[in-house]
Amino acid sequence: MIELDNVAYSYGPDAALLSDLSLKLAPGSFHFLTGPSGAGKTTFLKLCYLELRPTKGRVSVFGQGEGDMSRDQVAAARQRIGVVHQDCRFLDHMSLEENIALPLTVSNRKGGARDLGDLLAWVGLTNQAKQLPPELSGGERQRAALARAVMTSPDVLMADEPTGNVDWDMSLRLLSLLVELNRMGKTVLVATHDMALIRASRQYLTARVLRIQGGRLTLAGADL
Amino acid sequence: MKWLAGLVVLMRGDAQADRIVPPTGFTARLTVFAAACMAFLAVFALALSMASGRVAANWSEALARSATIRIAAPKTQLDAQTAAVMEVLRTTPGVAEARVLTLQEQADLLEPWLGPGLPIESLPVPRLIELIETAQGVSTDGLRLRLAAEAPGAVLDDHTRWRRPLVKAADRLRLLGWASILLIAGATAAMITLAANAALAANAQVIEVLRLIGARDSYIAGAFMRRFTRRAGLGSILGTGAGVLGIAFLPTETAAESFLTGIGFQGAGWAAPVLIPPLTTIVALLATRAAAFRCLRGLS
Repeated sequence: MIELDNVAYSYGPDAALLSDLSLKLAPGSFHFLTGPSGAGKTTFLKLCYLELRPTKGRVSVFGQGEGDMSRDQVAAARQRIGVVHQDCRFLDHMSLEENIALPLTVSNRKGGARDLGDLLAWVGLTNQAKQLPPELSGGERQRAALARAVMTSPDVLMADEPTGNVDWDMSLRLLSLLVELNRMGKTVLVATHDMALIRASRQYLTARVLRIQGGRLTLAGADL
Repeated sequence: MKWLAGLVVLMRGDAQADRIVPPTGFTARLTVFAAACMAFLAVFALALSMASGRVAANWSEALARSATIRIAAPKTQLDAQTAAVMEVLRTTPGVAEARVLTLQEQADLLEPWLGPGLPIESLPVPRLIELIETAQGVSTDGLRLRLAAEAPGAVLDDHTRWRRPLVKAADRLRLLGWASILLIAGATAAMITLAANAALAANAQVIEVLRLIGARDSYIAGAFMRRFTRRAGLGSILGTGAGVLGIAFLPTETAAESFLTGIGFQGAGWAAPVLIPPLTTIVALLATRAAAFRCLRGLS
């Protein structure tokens, strides 16, 4: 699905952030990516969904090297990767349901109102469908972001600190949604510094925990 | 024709896709207003250019086929020399018609400079003979030689001396008209580019989100292109309509055939302004497309 081969990334000549990253995200796998704040978790995810290009090494997405991909091919690859951004990133002038349906809209795919309704119900936002994103709470925004990320039924789902702005109950609810998606066969990669959340996932699934520290990626102990 | 089909699809729009660009209100009205002004000016530049072309052609044709013979002789010889000139003209190949201007016609010619009620009989004005040539024309050198022999006071003026600069001036005016239209098109493109750039910059976050959820560049650019093309098209239709009305209400040509009263469209020329809105639309489309793709290339 997504493969990083000896990847490095730096923001400038003397600002190396990540180095020697090698990883293969297999279909249907569940990974947690953890590490201290500022370690490069978000950068790592951005490399995976091609928002950033590596300064060294090679990132392959669905069998294609990022350097060989045209802009349209990058767009097509992103349609197969659902991302829950840390700051959610909605279009504030559009209603919640329009935002959630946006991945379908931009890919010119048809999705029934029923699908959208089911998805809103799944994340518990049926009553907020017509509201604008700024009118939503942090938890509602996170769930809406998750709904948008899975709207096109992507092959891979990435979530960047999806429980960063929500209470514990909501964190567990979001985790259960992610687990449910993984059981449906989706590859899931969750970046989080919340070890309690990682521990809580043990009861649902077997996940691989990766740790970024000192710019390098390590396996954090045994699989959970 | 593939591009035309693409243009139709683009302009037909996609209500959902168009929603992705937030409404702008004030700047939208400014774009429409600026496009209307440009179209209005383009109508006048077009009318000026077409009128100049017409005038250049008319002057060229009318003056090329006419000449004047001026007879400046003592009063006692004037009639004899006039008769001699008419006899020369009668036997000159290429002369379709020749006639002596009446005193009243000469007075009319002098009226703009010397005023009405001129006692022309008492003035030593030369006699004028108007000569209309056939399509083959007259050999002016040959005619001058014959006139010099038969009527020493007769001078042939084939209008070349003042015809050339006039026709040249009209031709230049026509070129200036077309240059103005090109400049207006350029200014329209610049204006649309500035407006599109401002909109793209203001919506950088929206564009970034769209790219990240898998929107193709053509999809994002299309939404901006439709918006600005429609605004420019609407403004252009309004401006062209106003310009055509303005031209239609200009005073019509008088007997004096003043150039200013001749500015306007004639016959099929009235169809020419119809081309302004589609051309403006194409200019706006290309300008927005270039601006949008330039902006998108800067994003991952």
